[in-house]
Amino acid sequence: MSDNSFRLPGHAGLLIDRARPLGFSFEGRRYRGFAGDTIASALAANGVRVLSRSFKYHRPRGILTMAGQDANTLVQLPHEPNVLADRRVLSEGLEVMGQNYSGSLERDRGAAMGLIARFLPVGFYYRALYRPGRIWERVWEPIVRKSAGLGKVSLDGPRAYHDKTYAFCDLAVVGGGPAGLSAALTAARAGARVVLIDENPVLGGALGYARFDAEGARGEALRRELIAAVQAEAKIEVMTDALCNGWFADNYLPVIRGRRLTKLRAKELVLASGCIEQPAQFRNNDLPGVMLGSAAQRLIRLYGVRPGRRAVVMTGNAEGYGVALDLLEAGLEVAAVVDLRTAPEETATMAALAARGLRVLSGHAVVEACPGPGNRGIAGVLIDSIAAPGRGAGQSERVPCDLLAMSVGYTPTYQLALQGGARLDYDDETALFSITGQPAHMHLAGAVRGVHDLEAVLADGRRAGRRAAEALGLQAGSEPDETTDAAAGGVNHPWPIFPHPKGKDFVDFDEDLQVKDILNAAADGYAELELVKRFSTVGMGPSQGRHSALATARLIASATGRRVADIGVTTARPPFSAETLGVLAGRGFEPERLTAMHHRHLERGAQMMTAGLWWRPAYYGPPERRETCIAEEAAAVRGNLGLIDVSTLGGLEVRGPDAAEFLNRVYTFAYAKQPLGRSRYLLMTNEAGTVIDDGVACRLREDHFYVTATTGGVERVYRSMLWWNAQWRLEVDIANVTAAYAGINIAGPKSREVLAALCEDVDLSAGAFPYMGVREGRVAGIPARILRVGFVGELGYELHVPASQGEALWDALLAAGEAAGIRPFGVEAQRILRLEKGHIIIGQDTDAMSFPHEIDMVWAIGKKKPFFVGGRSIQLRARRALARKLAGFTLEGEAMPGESNLVLRDGAMAGFVTSVARSPALGKTIGLAYVHPEDAAPGKTIEIKLDSGAMVRAEIVPLPFYDPENARQEM
Amino acid sequence: MKIMHCPLNGPRNISEFACHGEVIPMPDPGALDDRAWAEHVWFANNTAGVVREWWCHLPTSFWFIAERNTLTDEILRTYGAEAVFAERVDFEAGDTDK
Repeated sequence: MSDNSFRLPGHAGLLIDRARPLGFSFEGRRYRGFAGDTIASALAANGVRVLSRSFKYHRPRGILTMAGQDANTLVQLPHEPNVLADRRVLSEGLEVMGQNYSGSLERDRGAAMGLIARFLPVGFYYRALYRPGRIWERVWEPIVRKSAGLGKVSLDGPRAYHDKTYAFCDLAVVGGGPAGLSAALTAARAGARVVLIDENPVLGGALGYARFDAEGARGEALRRELIAAVQAEAKIEVMTDALCNGWFADNYLPVIRGRRLTKLRAKELVLASGCIEQPAQFRNNDLPGVMLGSAAQRLIRLYGVRPGRRAVVMTGNAEGYGVALDLLEAGLEVAAVVDLRTAPEETATMAALAARGLRVLSGHAVVEACPGPGNRGIAGVLIDSIAAPGRGAGQSERVPCDLLAMSVGYTPTYQLALQGGARLDYDDETALFSITGQPAHMHLAGAVRGVHDLEAVLADGRRAGRRAAEALGLQAGSEPDETTDAAAGGVNHPWPIFPHPKGKDFVDFDEDLQVKDILNAAADGYAELELVKRFSTVGMGPSQGRHSALATARLIASATGRRVADIGVTTARPPFSAETLGVLAGRGFEPERLTAMHHRHLERGAQMMTAGLWWRPAYYGPPERRETCIAEEAAAVRGNLGLIDVSTLGGLEVRGPDAAEFLNRVYTFAYAKQPLGRSRYLLMTNEAGTVIDDGVACRLREDHFYVTATTGGVERVYRSMLWWNAQWRLEVDIANVTAAYAGINIAGPKSREVLAALCEDVDLSAGAFPYMGVREGRVAGIPARILRVGFVGELGYELHVPASQGEALWDALLAAGEAAGIRPFGVEAQRILRLEKGHIIIGQDTDAMSFPHEIDMVWAIGKKKPFFVGGRSIQLRARRALARKLAGFTLEGEAMPGESNLVLRDGAMAGFVTSVARSPALGKTIGLAYVHPEDAAPGKTIEIKLDSGAMVRAEIVPLPFYDPENARQEM
Repeated sequence: MKIMHCPLNGPRNISEFACHGEVIPMPDPGALDDRAWAEHVWFANNTAGVVREWWCHLPTSFWFIAERNTLTDEILRTYGAEAVFAERVDFEAGDTDK
């Protein structure tokens, strides 16, 4: 074949630039196309008809729509599978391969063997998955994966940058055809800020490729006029090559343009998404060379490509005659126009055709396409007169041709409207669709609304633009709302379906489903469309029922004696069209929080771990020395001096005349009489009496408490406090100051002397600053809140300073403690140290049922308060027998239970282990576990079931494990 | 994505908000028997229709009240909590641990 032998002479081709030829390859063979060509149009220009092999029968497939609406054109690029060849624009050197074949695209062994068809009868997935047992994984899945995988994913492809952007407008217009253009112009002229979105490279929609009059000039003239007007309108932003891929509540529109996802929020939306031309059903209707009339027109007008040499046009409406005229003008021989209608109404286009002596067969249909060699094209069609709907008279005539253009009807591009909750209706008499019940602030215009005549479409666009402008509070002039549509009556033929006894009359090209497959589903009892879909997989392929939904509904309606309107279409959900995972993933946004000393930890070789959004040091040192490092850090705190970053601890300021009253209500303990300069333990329960957080309250002033909360709980605690006070209206101000403060705990026997060297204005002596005392002063010149608390059970001070000075304080403490051998310790050592002291961690040692009596926290409940959150429930729960108690246990030997290992009693679950560690101080394994209340007393033994299944016995001991007199933390 | 009109922050994406269930003022804990109290804590009306709900604008931790139709998911009205909780609440002195 010669290069570009199907390319039209002259300047034809709105989208191509003939001055810029491009080389590319398909299946290893070199071809030339032009800039602006799609892969499919360039191949068509070179006479290449087979683009892909079908999913099940591996039948050759070619151009069907030229609009990116079907799976026939899916091809493989080196690093990208499933590329729509009729949308992807050609680039120099592009290497394109076919998909889904063994051997070669031209000669596919899968098709020759007919092997796959037998394995995949209709209802295959349903039956294979319904059957119990593992037959799916063992037998079917490998076969299906091998035979059905379309493109191949490349794992070593180049990494691409995807991003997201957010945009806002008064009016979004989806669809840049005549309806969308006139809607956008009307609204913009009324003062609305408009974004006009179209998936094609140029605006104009059907104006760019369809024929609107006998002369054939009206569309292009109007396209230029409207585009010029849009470009002159400053209030219209045009997004071409942009796919609005879904509708979400309140007009939140995902618009995909290349690798960028725009999340567009529109106050009003005009949906001018047009319609989707439908194929007819007859034997071999899937072969290359059988295409929609609009596809042939797109090839001619958009790409300057002659779609064949000799054509037959099958039509059910006036548009088909325009297609025939276009084909004639493009230099094709048109063997016949086959009109399904018996007495079509005469139009100017028909008269023009008649004047050229064209053969027109009314009341006839193409009932079969005759395959060319290897099914790689068609050699002709069989034309028969229609005896009854869907049935020929049996006196067919064979007409040789290599192109069959179909023009039998349209479905509205209803997806976005239906995603918004609208309903699609179908009139069985006129075969016309209508959409009703679309959400507020969505307006339909043009063909999607069932308006087809060009003048009516323009008027309908203006009407929608006006409605949108009025909804925005703008004045948009007036014009009669109702427009008469001369064309609407006859665009859809009610029954362009001609089943063949030998099948291959495809309803769904993606899934290779034939008429009989749909009828069999109905015969099997799957009479509802959603069931037919699940049973047969109709509409589940890449084109999502765009060309199968209508025929399926018609067949089911006919088989079950109902109306098409009663069958309807399957639920429409986003996305409208396939989208890449890259677009969905986009630019990752995973916030993380770093403390003021984060880089100091890294410098010291800390292994970091996450705590909520925070990063915290787990321990300092290489992973291979993990256990040693943790043990050394724990030993440093017990015997000498340690330092830990506690900045992640939550911090709340509670201020106001009712501050103490407020704490009394949201925590279990009593705070009204808490002295200044003292801290007091805080335990928070929810309304059900379950423990949800803890911390300390530091009374800095009569009306000012500094409250700590757990790292993971502070947001929830803060929000809960605000919620309660939204109801109580106490005079209190609550602020979350977690991020404002850095915190450091310096702990160990030498902490007092080292801190004293840095602290001039606070007397740290035991008498002046006792355990649970709070002071404000300066440490290394930095203003600090100093809390004497004992989470790790040693003499220690928690220093809270402005976050901006956290690193300076860290450095100062390390320098001051250097001679004493100070050592930073991480979360792992801290967990061991606190466990030795029997201190619980909320969320680790408590769960959604834990209440104070179970965890020996009755001491933390204020007895003389009229109310606190959870109090009534605790009172109720305390009257019932305890189901479990948290107790400390020790274990001799090497056995090491894991957290959440079960505690068994007489073979039944009594509780579980919540915390466990080897205690360096005690030289044995210690832990906390929920146990049966009768087993909770010291001296009892419990049985723990290890991960291995083995049982170990542990002894219940009093808490704390370490320093029961608390002498060390209070020294 | 839906838009919610926060009385403090104006119209924002619904993903910035959390719903905290129906607005049910807490009954006097002392006045209810155990069963009635447990029902207050654990039972939700789950009304099909217009419900007055607590909502929180998460980035600002601002609580407010929304009237929403749970059948249509239409948000009819939003307003500050003071419209419902106008008075300071105090509790009678007594012994919680009866």
